[in-house]
Amino acid sequence: MSCIEQMKYEILLERISFKEAREYIEKNSDEVYYVSPGYKIFKDYYIIGIPPIAVGTKGNALVFPYTKPCHGSFVLSIEDEDSIKEINRLRETGKGKVTASVKKGKSPESSRAPLTSYGDMWKK
Amino acid sequence: MTGAKVLLMMGCPEVPIQTSIALYLSNKLNKSGFDVTVAGNDAVIKLLKVSDFDGYYVKKMVNLDKTLEDIIEKRLDFDICFAFMHNDSGMTFATTMSAISQAKMYSVIFGKNAEALEEAIEFDCVKIVAKDVHNPTRLKNKLDTVMEEMVK
Repeated sequence: MSCIEQMKYEILLERISFKEAREYIEKNSDEVYYVSPGYKIFKDYYIIGIPPIAVGTKGNALVFPYTKPCHGSFVLSIEDEDSIKEINRLRETGKGKVTASVKKGKSPESSRAPLTSYGDMWKK
Repeated sequence: MTGAKVLLMMGCPEVPIQTSIALYLSNKLNKSGFDVTVAGNDAVIKLLKVSDFDGYYVKKMVNLDKTLEDIIEKRLDFDICFAFMHNDSGMTFATTMSAISQAKMYSVIFGKNAEALEEAIEFDCVKIVAKDVHNPTRLKNKLDTVMEEMVK
């Protein structure tokens, strides 16, 4: 069990595809940063995901994808002292940050046909 | 490749053929001299332990999250990974494994969504695909062909 399950989190979306999680974070965050699979947040959670993995901020809350083998992907939000530290770490690194104007357009991979077709199929 | 470290990375065990294929593949690879580890969540591990109570087919079973953590922290890695998948989560875990590990990737894709999943995979791997849920024979035969190539 990772530390996430012991923290106070809010579920923003649940049992969705990873692509849907990414798109939600891109569209509903104040700032969006892209991290690699395995990026560590909080005490011991290593983000599982398909690059580019979007991690967002909403005020002092960190918004991120969380994937379980049997339950699909979730979008979680955590707002506490640790989330502020994580947001500051992302800001200091600054790598992969997306501005508001870019956020309104397509994400780097959102136009790729295979993922789109699979996402559409997954909703059926 | 004899002696190579092989990881069988299990997805959600809700599709019946996964557990039987995992037992079969683990046994065949062990007998061929590979060092095989099976990683899965608690449900996967319980299914394998009950199915193979004396550990005849699966010698090493580990927690999936802990294994990924160890690979990310560079405490562990494998030469070969068979990533089992029948849903979006399975593909997400497999993509993560391909990004964090040096292992040669084999994607074992099955279940009713197999063809769409096969098209959606974007990382470099050998794809072994069978659109089956209950009957493991077709997937077993395809894996036999892959294993023949591996031991050459």
